[in-house]
Amino acid sequence: MSSFVLNFPLFMIILCLVCAAVGTLLPRAAARTVSLSLAALCLAAIFCVFLYVYGAGQEFEYRMGHYPHPWGNELKIGILESLFGMAFSLVLFLSLLGGKDPLDRLVEPGKGRFFYVMADLVLVALLVLVYSNDLFTGYVFIEICTLASCGILMIRGNGRTVLASTRYLIFSLTGSGLFLFGVIILYNITGHLLMPDLKEAVGALTASGAYRFPFLASVSLVSIGLAVKSGLFPFHLWMADTYGEAVPTSSAILSGLVTKGYAFFLVRFIFDVTGPDIFWQSGVQNVLFAMGAAGVVMGSVGAIQENNLYRMIAYSSAAQIGYIYMGIGLSADLGLTAALFHILLHALTKPALFLSASRLSARMGGALKFRNLQGAGYYEPAAGVYFTAAAFSMIGLPFTMGFISKYLFGLAAFRASTPKLVLTLLVLAVSTVLNTFYFARTVLRIYNAPKKPPAERQPAKDLPSYIIAGALFALINVAVGILSGPLTDLLGYGLSLF
Amino acid sequence: MKKRTFREWLKAWDEGEIDFSVPGPGCPETPGDAASSGDAADDRPAPKDDAAIRAYARRFRDREAALFRRIYPVMVVLIVAVISVFLLRVVTELPPFGSADTPANSSETIRRYLEDGLSETGAVNVVAGVILDYRAFDTLGESHVLFTAACAVLILLLSSEKQSDSLRVREILEKDAVLHTTGRVLIPLILLFGIYIVLCGHLGPGGGFSGGAVIGSALILYSLCYGPERVRKGLNLKSYRVTVLTALLFYSLAKCYSFFCGANGLETIFGPGTPGNLFSAGLILPLNLAVGTVVACTMYGFYALFTEGTV
Repeated sequence: MSSFVLNFPLFMIILCLVCAAVGTLLPRAAARTVSLSLAALCLAAIFCVFLYVYGAGQEFEYRMGHYPHPWGNELKIGILESLFGMAFSLVLFLSLLGGKDPLDRLVEPGKGRFFYVMADLVLVALLVLVYSNDLFTGYVFIEICTLASCGILMIRGNGRTVLASTRYLIFSLTGSGLFLFGVIILYNITGHLLMPDLKEAVGALTASGAYRFPFLASVSLVSIGLAVKSGLFPFHLWMADTYGEAVPTSSAILSGLVTKGYAFFLVRFIFDVTGPDIFWQSGVQNVLFAMGAAGVVMGSVGAIQENNLYRMIAYSSAAQIGYIYMGIGLSADLGLTAALFHILLHALTKPALFLSASRLSARMGGALKFRNLQGAGYYEPAAGVYFTAAAFSMIGLPFTMGFISKYLFGLAAFRASTPKLVLTLLVLAVSTVLNTFYFARTVLRIYNAPKKPPAERQPAKDLPSYIIAGALFALINVAVGILSGPLTDLLGYGLSLF
Repeated sequence: MKKRTFREWLKAWDEGEIDFSVPGPGCPETPGDAASSGDAADDRPAPKDDAAIRAYARRFRDREAALFRRIYPVMVVLIVAVISVFLLRVVTELPPFGSADTPANSSETIRRYLEDGLSETGAVNVVAGVILDYRAFDTLGESHVLFTAACAVLILLLSSEKQSDSLRVREILEKDAVLHTTGRVLIPLILLFGIYIVLCGHLGPGGGFSGGAVIGSALILYSLCYGPERVRKGLNLKSYRVTVLTALLFYSLAKCYSFFCGANGLETIFGPGTPGNLFSAGLILPLNLAVGTVVACTMYGFYALFTEGTV
């Protein structure tokens, strides 16, 4: 394969922007087709890139223009970048495919096309966050991601969603602000914005001992800023309201993709800007670890207290974000592998949960209280099965991705210091029990004998697209759960190249 | 609350009888699913016992919120103080602002921008050269930030209902002779000035962002003076979208071409030209025009959406 493939990320980014602009003029159905084909095309193109980079066994810097770093913008095309670009495109494709029905029911027809415009913009923001070799370009596309996800949330247009998205916006902008402060400080003490030069300058600064406090401040501001944007405990409070009120498709995209993009960008920051050794000297990872571990437990406790299906899944989302940051704080090699694996796991599981939940709930006349969902699994067999598979994966039963993720966390814990080992194992044990509590309750509830026949309201007829999307979510989950070796090896290999 | 064994407690939890979100006794039955949220929210019935819920909410507000109100200001002051001290300490340790030998001012990046910027980009205004040539990808992102914001505001505010408030204000304004006369004199000048800033962005201070903002403010003034219907003759929702779309498409595709050429070591057909000429500096002038269009449309679009609910 020729090196022409290396142009594909640029083409995909531009194509996303073009599709977003064109989408504003299209009717809803056409905008949906455009978004779906765009995500599929991104998946295919990035797969080619992945094959090329994997074959070459190295990373490539791609100049955006005639000037190399440190003067012009750049992309960095590597194995992990391509892997996550693929995963994000795939999840967006499946979420849009399976999430048509709730969108059609809950969104005003005149505004439907804007949902797809925003989905295109989320995709481009994620692709740039994955590929950018420039800290400030990352910030610009973080802004796009924030605004687009806000649009995706409030498209339902009732008072509660507007309120919830305002809350989300406040949290998210706090995170953006902290991140920007961090970048400004870093630019002030190094004079660079592109990652390779930053890394060099940071190495020199650390060796000379100059600007120690500003550097520490900028690393912590960037890390905490991205963590706030991901919704790490204690900044997870927007999740329950937002995901509880938004269209389930929006919740799927937000929880499955947007919050993960920031976490991946933090991994890029750790490796490409500070370098893992310098990052680990700063001590910020301990803060992330503590917040993550607390988030895992508090998210699960929140989920147990909920009687509302969407809000329960939202709190579970907060717990999973906790896992990711716990892994980032655990250790540079195995901990990060576990965190990256967990990003993939959660991106593939949470949208399935939201979409299945919306299906089950719609079938029971819009019920969201567990009591009223009794027997939903019988009336909506496909959604019941997909929900169960995803719930099993979240609990961490064998033969699902969740099991592998917990195994990787356990493995990573044994390489870390003793307090972290004890804490990680404790958190894993407690959270597994708590997860089982609330997911088993839901699964048992939807498979209990139904109390009353379902209400008249029927889900719309586009069942095949949902069945295909849900089946793919479940299949990938189980397939990776059984054959996890190649993927974990790939993550480790990608990290070693980073 | 009666004492439960663990088994009973588990059963009650499973049945959803325990509601953690509602503290203490005395709360009326919370409204059912449909009222809480979710798919059925569109046809949500009114809560059964409205007065009781309101009474409870009032009691809750008095008791819990009083505590919250007392703690909240203290916490705010505390957190803001901690963050301020932290950031102030950072600022004191940063390199002095404005001095020539700081890392940011003496890096090779800045040196090349200043020394070779003119010959490499052809732009007399180095800032334009940096944002539209060296770091053009960032600016491409920035203009799409505006586009995203405009779409988000459209999602929030696009409605068919006219807002009576703005109608009343408009009636007053449209009869205002001072506004009309001033507008008639000033609007052409402001427009001309805006166009000048956009066109000469590569020759002197200015560019698409600032010029677009000036043009947008002229449009807003025009709409204030003569009513949005007059603006809508030239710029309705459809033509608004088409204009923004054309500008963004041109920007994306032109930059895609130039990025592609740059990355693959090809020459573009847009050379730097003779610095100082209007038609010089390669793509910077057309890109400034595109950015100016997007910014002007976004500015006016925000104004129109917030006042009229449509463009």
